[in-house]
Amino acid sequence: MGAEIGNINNGKMIEEELDIDFTDSELVSHVRHALKSVALTSILFASVGVLLTVYLSTTARLQGDNDNYSQLVGLLHYNERLKADEVALLVTSLKAISGAVSYIDNVQHESLLTSVFSMSMWNYGPDVMDAMVDLITSLAASNGKYVDACLDMLVSNFSPPFRFIESLKLPYGKAKKEQVLDRVHFALECITDLIPLAPSRLLPIVMHRIHAIYQRTPEPVILMFVENIFKLESSAIGELVGNKRLISIVIDLLIDFDVQVGWDDILEENPHKGIFDMELEDEQILADIDDDGDDFAREFGGYGRIWKNGVVETLGKLDSIMVLTFEHLNCCKHSGRLVEVHSTLFVTVFESLLESFCQTVMNVYKSKFAQFVIFYACSLDPENCGVRFAEFLAGKFIESSVPPIIRMSAVAYLASYLSRAKFLSAPFVTGMLERLADWCKKYCQQSVSINPEAHKVFYAGCQAIMYVLCFNMRSIMEIPRLKSHLCFLPFREILKSPLEPLKVCLPSIVEEFVRQAKSAHLIDAKSGNPVFHDVLESELSKAFGGKERLDMFFPFDPCLLRKSDSYIRPTFVYWSTVKKAYEDDLDFSSDDDVDVFYPDMNTAESRDVELEGAFEEDDYFDDYHDSLNKMSITPKDSILKKRPNGKCTPLQMPSRLRPSMSPESL
Amino acid sequence: MDALKVSEGKMVVYLHPSKTKVISESIKRELSSHLFKFSDTFDGVLLAYEVVEVPSKLAKILSGLDPYLAVRLKANLLLFAPKPDTFLEGKVVKIARESIHVVILGFSAAVITEEDIRDEFKFKIKNGQEIFRSTSQKRHVIKVGTMVRFLVKSFDEEILHVSGSLIPASTGSICWLSKNSEEASRNCRKQRESEGRREERSTGTVDGGALSDEYHVLKKPRKQKVHEGNTTKLDSGRAEMVVNQ
Repeated sequence: MGAEIGNINNGKMIEEELDIDFTDSELVSHVRHALKSVALTSILFASVGVLLTVYLSTTARLQGDNDNYSQLVGLLHYNERLKADEVALLVTSLKAISGAVSYIDNVQHESLLTSVFSMSMWNYGPDVMDAMVDLITSLAASNGKYVDACLDMLVSNFSPPFRFIESLKLPYGKAKKEQVLDRVHFALECITDLIPLAPSRLLPIVMHRIHAIYQRTPEPVILMFVENIFKLESSAIGELVGNKRLISIVIDLLIDFDVQVGWDDILEENPHKGIFDMELEDEQILADIDDDGDDFAREFGGYGRIWKNGVVETLGKLDSIMVLTFEHLNCCKHSGRLVEVHSTLFVTVFESLLESFCQTVMNVYKSKFAQFVIFYACSLDPENCGVRFAEFLAGKFIESSVPPIIRMSAVAYLASYLSRAKFLSAPFVTGMLERLADWCKKYCQQSVSINPEAHKVFYAGCQAIMYVLCFNMRSIMEIPRLKSHLCFLPFREILKSPLEPLKVCLPSIVEEFVRQAKSAHLIDAKSGNPVFHDVLESELSKAFGGKERLDMFFPFDPCLLRKSDSYIRPTFVYWSTVKKAYEDDLDFSSDDDVDVFYPDMNTAESRDVELEGAFEEDDYFDDYHDSLNKMSITPKDSILKKRPNGKCTPLQMPSRLRPSMSPESL
Repeated sequence: MDALKVSEGKMVVYLHPSKTKVISESIKRELSSHLFKFSDTFDGVLLAYEVVEVPSKLAKILSGLDPYLAVRLKANLLLFAPKPDTFLEGKVVKIARESIHVVILGFSAAVITEEDIRDEFKFKIKNGQEIFRSTSQKRHVIKVGTMVRFLVKSFDEEILHVSGSLIPASTGSICWLSKNSEEASRNCRKQRESEGRREERSTGTVDGGALSDEYHVLKKPRKQKVHEGNTTKLDSGRAEMVVNQ
């Protein structure tokens, strides 16, 4: 039979000029014959008990025909460096099988089907790939039973076999990747043309596969899978598959990786710093690494300084996936798909992200990185997405039917977002503050007294307001219209209410806020304020934060993943760059080498003199002054070698922020 | 189409407590989750629904871990239930030598394999396009985009896949079939009329041929030729059509 197949092959070459139809039909009938022969054999097997002798003789005769089938199946396993004629043979066989799909039975021809479905396009050249696409499409269209298996086979081709991974970096690997992925997505679209309901079956298959692979597989494989999911999402059949669900698959994957890394995997240098403490900017991470260090040091050195070694790999994957997501969002933005204002369906990529965020990210205990995806999406389109996100969070906070934990989490996100997003305008931030303040005012109009646990939502709201004002006080005050707007907000009423938020909220935030507020004449507290003795947190703040420590949750603190950070950085506000209300515009000398932190508070005192002049009669301020003096603020000097030029100078409090951390280390 | 029917259904929808804030939305969502799925209860694929009435504002609460609400309602349901040996119509999306692929109502896929296409049709490639053309009726062509009527052989309920057949003579391109049957019935009438008139008139040379000449004057030349070709076969064709209708 091998000779016969060979003849057909030669026959094809000879008959090229003749009517092509004839050759194809001959091949197809050959395959049909082979398939039928298996059917016959199996019928005989069934009656073996009765017709034993007949069976033996007939199988001997049919053995020859069964060989056809076995050879056909064997042919599909060729995948090692095929020569030209083997390629031709394979292509012809695949085409012939495509013609005979109606004769394939899923029980009798199981081995053939298994071989077909286990073929990987990555092993072959473009001709064989095309033939495979035809075969899979025909097979899917011929019978409903094969649709799922065909889709599964195509999805399995999203990522290459392991041995191919190394070659992906080379040009020929990249070319092959283009070839395979184009054909896979083309095949999916062809199947959809023939079977309109096929895309809805695709989603469970994709989900199943990604769950199967994400744990053990190397980074390039996962990345390629995610890339394919995005490609699917933006393809013609994306809507039919379900854009929302596809995006949520990726976000879920990010969360899965996120929770594998614990907060205590961060190497802390000095755990006893306040919230407005040292900020880990890239310069610091790289500060001690030589520029001509090797790739490894540059790649992992940064991580190594802050993360323990065990999680570096997971973080690498997470970082790369986030970068892929950012790139996809960029593409969506450029093609106008991020927000389709006039779309009748109003299913936009951003809405999918938002829904995914609401359902998964917000409910994760202190998600570390996944929220930056939505931050980036907002930065791409501040007027629509940026505003929508903030309003969504504010809505969640104000809605009383939402569980308290979710409300507190929402307001923490809102506070961090309003503070860190460079692209949000001051009027908008003021508007948001007004909403929060109004709610807080209504709340404290109930006659209640201080009780951190019972009124935790209220305290979360107050802390949020204070946090946002720490960042934005100066910029809001600079605009007269907004300044008057802000001054009309009921802060005094809220802060002096019996609920006493100033006592309960996180001390470091309260201090910073009060300090700025005084300089800006926002509040003038004549009554006493509690004195904090350099504590990060107090018992009361722990109480309102609850066991999740939502009092110390600042989700949009600087992203610690290097590659992702480079995307976020342009639209991100670092504490060091914020102009505080108590800084004036006098030009201090901005020597980078000056040791800006003085163990003795001399310069601090000189500043106090100015401030003191303004508030002579204020008892409170004296207490405050003392408390500030008592703070010990000696940061590590290595971190401060580079300071941005022209920025305001010696402050009594160290001026940078550090990612909020879990309280266990305190 | 035989396979489509509208049924009025009285049903109970069970809603989880978390979904009871806006009941109408939840009902719609629940019913929508059954769209394009085969349902044994309705004996068909649910294509569309219209909630006619929710008789009562009260709903029973089921006992159990989650206190589901049982909301009774009446709805009109559009169902698709093809049965074997009935006719269906769909649009051709792909022609191959061994099969014709059809999509019905935009959602259900049907395939007609080579054995189920009557011998009259031959596969040809014309102007780069694959078509099936009838050897006996040259104008009867099936190509991509044609609406065809075919016989249902089987229906896979899970994937909503129909296996069809073009063996019966009343199957094929709907356009051609309806045109052909129109002409056939028109010719039928004319012939009966002409036979009637023949009896009235004394001059006896009026026959089908002469009348059809008159008929020709009104029609375009192209159709004239077809008509001529068909008149000779008219009697047998007519008989066939009567049977199949």
